[in-house]
Amino acid sequence: MKTGAEILVDALKEEGVEVIFGYQGGAVLPIFDVFYRTKDLRIVLVRHEQGAAHSADGYARATGKVGVCIATSGPGATNLTTGIATAYMDSISIVAITGQVPTSMIGNDAFQEADIVGITRPITKQSYLVKDTNELYRIIKEAFYLVRSGRPGPVLVDIPKDISAGMGSFKSIKEVSLRSYNPRYKGHPQQIKKAALAIKKAKRPVIYSGGGVISSSASEELRELVEKTGIPITSTLLSLGAIDGTHPLFLGMLGMHGTKYANFAITECDLIIAIGARFDDRITGKKDEFAKGATIIHIDIDPSEISKNIFAHIPIVGDCKMVLQELNKIVEKPEISEWVKKINGWKKEYPLEWKDDGELRPQYIIERICEITNREAIITTEVGQNQMWAAQYYKCKYPRQFLSSGGLGTMGYGLPAAIGAQIGCPDKIVFDIAGDGSILMNIQELATAVQEKLPINIAILNNRYLGMVRQWQELFHGKRYSYTSLEVGPDFVKLAEAFGVFGIRVEKKEEVDNAIKKAIEFRGPALIDFRIVREENVFPMIPAGASLKEMIDGTA
Amino acid sequence: MRHIISLLVENRFGVLARIAGLFSARGYNIDSLCVAETDDPTISRMTIVTHGDDKIIEQIEKQLNKVVDVIKVSDLTDTEHVERELVLLKVKSEKRSELMEICDIFRTRIVDVGLKSLTIEITGDEGKISALINLLKPFGILELTRTGKVGVVRGEK
Repeated sequence: MKTGAEILVDALKEEGVEVIFGYQGGAVLPIFDVFYRTKDLRIVLVRHEQGAAHSADGYARATGKVGVCIATSGPGATNLTTGIATAYMDSISIVAITGQVPTSMIGNDAFQEADIVGITRPITKQSYLVKDTNELYRIIKEAFYLVRSGRPGPVLVDIPKDISAGMGSFKSIKEVSLRSYNPRYKGHPQQIKKAALAIKKAKRPVIYSGGGVISSSASEELRELVEKTGIPITSTLLSLGAIDGTHPLFLGMLGMHGTKYANFAITECDLIIAIGARFDDRITGKKDEFAKGATIIHIDIDPSEISKNIFAHIPIVGDCKMVLQELNKIVEKPEISEWVKKINGWKKEYPLEWKDDGELRPQYIIERICEITNREAIITTEVGQNQMWAAQYYKCKYPRQFLSSGGLGTMGYGLPAAIGAQIGCPDKIVFDIAGDGSILMNIQELATAVQEKLPINIAILNNRYLGMVRQWQELFHGKRYSYTSLEVGPDFVKLAEAFGVFGIRVEKKEEVDNAIKKAIEFRGPALIDFRIVREENVFPMIPAGASLKEMIDGTA
Repeated sequence: MRHIISLLVENRFGVLARIAGLFSARGYNIDSLCVAETDDPTISRMTIVTHGDDKIIEQIEKQLNKVVDVIKVSDLTDTEHVERELVLLKVKSEKRSELMEICDIFRTRIVDVGLKSLTIEITGDEGKISALINLLKPFGILELTRTGKVGVVRGEK
């Protein structure tokens, strides 16, 4: 017989958990009491539960392992929800453990009680309220099994205090299987054959790679497909790094802030090979106009994604990696030299560009970070202009290098995600590309970074605006900058120093390299406050709901 | 188009909420919903009547399949099946004999007799039930409660 808390820790260790991001509280006291005497488990004390969820998410994205976070009942649990929703939208493997009031008090509106299972039901793959200590072990095993298998996503386990404090026993489970849950990994051979045939016949094909390629570790297979067929490839935000950002066939990101040549290619193509992507509205723009007339091959592990947004002519349900392995065996190179030539023409004619006039511009900063870190840093982003500039100008070499809240678009993601990533990958350089708005949303996590002695770097692209919203106001709301000016903001260098973080201010272009190098060399967390020009925009841009052809840019 | 979807699910708390939430979150309607344990007490059967175009129904079925605790989803609409619903109606009994005559024709059962009302139980498919309700309306329906439809695929002949 053991206590529930001991059983929990045993099960977590059995699942290979090494790090837990969490915050103390009344309902999790018995659990943290066991943490106190558990040596081989790193407990990272965050400063806000949202940070715990994002750090677990950043850890999971950077390492491919399951991220684990823990919070107490009531407000602790509700503070996790934004992080859980972020992980859900981007299909990230995290297990969230929450304390709950004792079973006898559930439903009584007890102190710090919240129905967190109910609250998180729409943003979890599965959720459990543990009602019997003897069930706890099985539930934890199931939670990890679900998080790791099929389409990844967060699972929540809510543990009442009397369950973690109470005694129970368990029988070891080697392999979990659920009669109601049987994800399909192998693609249908007939469908794969059809896809190979369509590829062979295509005149103007494009590969559209999504986050599923990263989560199924299919980068190798993807590169093989690209190189075997010579088909140009574009990527979603979540798939950046799936293929080297400087690969000659890589077109950069597509969609709202994609490159012109990627969007032209999608618009004029006759075949799309969508791999682990879900045709999100930021990708398709106006759906009726998206890749009109093109045949769509859609590879995805989740059958509900097939034809959800865009009709798929050749659906292949299965794991990206396994499907690509089979496809690569039979695929043949299509005759597309004209098409590639045309795309290369667009690449030359419409490159990503920004005004290099000696002012301190964000694109320059990202390009410098990219070069100084040899394209090998782990980049986390906040949300908005900082995120899009990072996506456009940081040319990642590897998968699991670009971590960003794509689906939910969560401001405040980047800093805690950087903490999680740095803990998971201690030998990598980690950069959070932030905005002056977003960074304040989880600024308290600087204390976590200092406590854990993490050499993360934070680059604030400080334009004293909620820049992306201001950009929309400039373009679509008659320059009425309603509540987007952040003229009153903190002195970020002083703020950094107050936390014990190394702070640098950069106001001139010439100072950029030196600041980046100094931040990287510094052994602890470093923050650079880049005072960039205030009204820079992210271009190209497709207005919401417009078609991919209707791109606007700074010169228009 | 109207669809009748039959689900086998794990008999656990929270499953119904997950399924109901799936419909509400995506703006799909549930016309009726019937849930009860099967012969295996660890499994419940849900019968959901919903409507929508083919695309919506396809999404509904895929989303239902995605729920971890859902064991099986079958759309009965296009298969040979039997569907039934049970309705209890409390009707004003001023014209009692006329009322009883109709009840007889429809093979209903009278399950309660009050001073001023009769409570009628009817089982049947949609056509039969709506025909009866229409006929009883002029008498004055005081209360009506229905179980929602249940259905089963016909056995091999």
